[in-house]
Amino acid sequence: MMPLQALAVTETTPGGALLVLGIVMTAVALVGLIGLGGRGARAIVIAALLFQLYVSVRVALMVAGTQSPLAYVVGGFHPPLGITLRADGISALMMVVSAAIFLGAAAFAWKDFAQPKGKPESRASLIFWTALLAMASALNLLFTSSDLFNLYVGIELLTFAAIPVAAIKGGADTLRAALRYLLFAVFGSMLYLFGIVLLYGAYGTLDISGLAAQLQPNAATLTAAGFVTVGLLAKTALFPFHLWLPPAHAGAPAAGSAVLSALVVKGSLFLLMRLWFDTFPTLREPADMQLLALFGALAVIVGSITALRQQRLKLLVAYSTVAQIGYMFFVFTLAPKDAGALIAETAWTGAWTQVVAHAFAKAGMFLAAGLAAEVLGHDRIRDLGGLSSRAPLVVLAFALSGLSLMGLPPSGGFNAKFMLLVAALAEGHWAWGAVIIAGGMLAGAYVFGVLARMMAEPAAGASLKAVGHGRQWIALGLSAVAVLMGLLPLEPIAFLAIGRAL
Amino acid sequence: MSPVLLFWLAGSGLIGLSVYGLIVNPHPLCKLLALNLLGSGVFLLFGVIARRGASAGLGGDPVPQALVITGIVVAFSATAIAVALLLRLHSEAGEASIDEEEDGQP
Amino acid sequence: METAFDIVLALLLLGVGGWSVIARNMMTAVIVFIAYGLLLSLAWVRLHAIDVSLTEAAIGSGATGLLMVIAAHKVAGDTKRVVQLSRGFHALAAVFAALVAIGIAALAFVLPGEPVSLAAPVLARLPESGLGNPVAGVLFVFRSFDTLLEKVVLLLALTGVWALARDEDWGGVPGLRLFPERHSVLGLLARTLPPIGFVFAIYMTWAGADVPGGAFQGGTVLAAMWILVMVAGVRKAPRVSSPLLRLAIVTGPVVFLLIGFLGFLTPGAFLAYPEGFAKPLIVAMEIALTLSIAVILGLLIAGPPKGEDAP
Repeated sequence: MMPLQALAVTETTPGGALLVLGIVMTAVALVGLIGLGGRGARAIVIAALLFQLYVSVRVALMVAGTQSPLAYVVGGFHPPLGITLRADGISALMMVVSAAIFLGAAAFAWKDFAQPKGKPESRASLIFWTALLAMASALNLLFTSSDLFNLYVGIELLTFAAIPVAAIKGGADTLRAALRYLLFAVFGSMLYLFGIVLLYGAYGTLDISGLAAQLQPNAATLTAAGFVTVGLLAKTALFPFHLWLPPAHAGAPAAGSAVLSALVVKGSLFLLMRLWFDTFPTLREPADMQLLALFGALAVIVGSITALRQQRLKLLVAYSTVAQIGYMFFVFTLAPKDAGALIAETAWTGAWTQVVAHAFAKAGMFLAAGLAAEVLGHDRIRDLGGLSSRAPLVVLAFALSGLSLMGLPPSGGFNAKFMLLVAALAEGHWAWGAVIIAGGMLAGAYVFGVLARMMAEPAAGASLKAVGHGRQWIALGLSAVAVLMGLLPLEPIAFLAIGRAL
Repeated sequence: MSPVLLFWLAGSGLIGLSVYGLIVNPHPLCKLLALNLLGSGVFLLFGVIARRGASAGLGGDPVPQALVITGIVVAFSATAIAVALLLRLHSEAGEASIDEEEDGQP
Repeated sequence: METAFDIVLALLLLGVGGWSVIARNMMTAVIVFIAYGLLLSLAWVRLHAIDVSLTEAAIGSGATGLLMVIAAHKVAGDTKRVVQLSRGFHALAAVFAALVAIGIAALAFVLPGEPVSLAAPVLARLPESGLGNPVAGVLFVFRSFDTLLEKVVLLLALTGVWALARDEDWGGVPGLRLFPERHSVLGLLARTLPPIGFVFAIYMTWAGADVPGGAFQGGTVLAAMWILVMVAGVRKAPRVSSPLLRLAIVTGPVVFLLIGFLGFLTPGAFLAYPEGFAKPLIVAMEIALTLSIAVILGLLIAGPPKGEDAP
């Protein structure tokens, strides 16, 4: 028997318990929601999400204050026997972003998923609120767990929460999209699990840092990395695995679409970045990483062109998610293991700025698209006319989100794409630079196409309904965050490197 | 031939069979069955790794065995959701199909 | 002799598994798949994993199989859209699948020659918990966080199934097909088997701390008894909005979470057990979980609510 290599032991740090609370308290709320049969459902959800925001901000402040990651050894059992949680800069960032967007989505859905009069719960209210809590819990698990199998359970939890949200409206098309989503996701998890078997068989541990310490670039490890990656790509909907995403995201209720597109796809993406930069950094061969970037580039081009050709607003917004995910894959080649530190840091910051800016912009845009559909009674792009006079805030929210998606200054999207572009040009990747610019122009085409329709005169005979101001302000607020991120300096952000050896 | 190698080969074969099934069977229930077969093949490989690690008087490494138990439950949960989706789709659309061309304009 | 048995078993697994993939009739495919699951639990015995074998038989083959039988029965008419693929396509798929299988099989020879194992560390720390079954030790002590999350996954699967009810049916009883003939063999079974199953389930949960078995296996036996009673029409399925039902569903997870939080107080870590109390706490948790798992499994198989007077 091979002696288990002595690993760098992680100990629980002060504040480490916050990581447990960030995952478990939403699960407690979920159990309560089911047990209480809907009584006080919305109050429980808002309380749990506010607590999650508090926990996330505390974690971020502690990570920033100590300039080192938080860690927690669950049950006091160290790896390889037990499971640890660990939050570095990117974990803390994503925890805060996710809590904020969940709160926005919950507030937006407050009226839509109210309990029916005289009854404690309806089908939609129970399902939507439990799924929202489960997604919040699962995402924090994905952001902080250091154990590959624990992460598998987390990623399944996320999928099983996302499917009911995608299926909640119940028409045949929606159900078909949700079923396709589920089959894809299960296939992806099986590939991921197969990779895990190989890694455990080769190293006897599933701990991310433990694996990184003893990793050998042999056939078993490379195969494992390949299967885990393909499995996660299927779940992230990177081209050519993107076909399940648009109908599933477009078929959900607006608040559901917002969290699916803004956050849920980022769960498996986060894991992918975590694995390639923290577990398998020594395996990052330029050729393989170029392949990931190539699929990213194809996603940008194909996703944007398909978005342009859509006739329905929600499908357009969903295809734009396919495109925007593509940009994030440039980081794999632009932050190579032997690049100059400044270039690598620039690409790294650019990629995370893109993740966060897209999250806020897309959440705002889906909420705006939902409100537009409510005002008009449909979401045919051709007949969006009259929206700007009836609900100007909705149009403004859509425009601000669009600004960030196109990558025009000032916006988070501009910062992200500019930094990725600088890194691409500095490393001589002209092709990726060209794709970044072309993607921005295509995004401009579909955003301005929609805006022009929204400004047009209402179609003859159209009856426009009024929607509440509260929900318009929520959409606008989320979009505004994406734009305000443009005020950040155009340089690497030190916080994103805390706890990492980039 | 040792059982370890034998069941690894069996697991590989099962994964191959399920891949074939996933490609050629269009019906979602068949795809679901193939995915379950795929899962059982992957789990069998976990079992082989566990058996390989038999030591300290145990017939197998208990950690991968425990992981398989959790994995079987998670896979079952997926099957339950998929079956419910499939049956609802069947009752809405008259048949359960996930083919693309059916995504018509509502 | 044993090698011959293993070879036959492996070939049977491939043969029966392959049959379930190529069977033309969906019901045949599903029934063959159940048989495959039983063979697979035999393979788990041969791999010295009795706990997994029991879980595979109960969940992988039994519960999954039952779900798929129900589904295959209802969609039996879906034939008109079966795409006729060309022979060339089939051959191409077969070649691709064979390459995948060969590639994975080849990996058996590239894994490091020295097998890795956590058996020794598990055994070294198992006595602290007072448990005798090392697999239970991993599930409820070392990796209990996974097990806790797995319970949340089950709850979510249940709401995921309930999500597919029609709005007007919400709050009603699950739409399991009933066979309410009072004097049928089914009815007789439904009246005589449950007490026996109940005792057996309790034994399995209780013994799971020290020998193979545990909450999941015990819960499955209970669920099977409950489904039998519902299908035979001896007792009606409860309404999904029933407070008692909801209580049964969340009892296990609530006890699990409470014990997890107790760990914060003493000995000071989430999901750690106070010294000397590990075994009683785990047994208490397992009993609560058995109940919840049984109810959840039964409801998952019974399907979404279908309104009160659905046939």
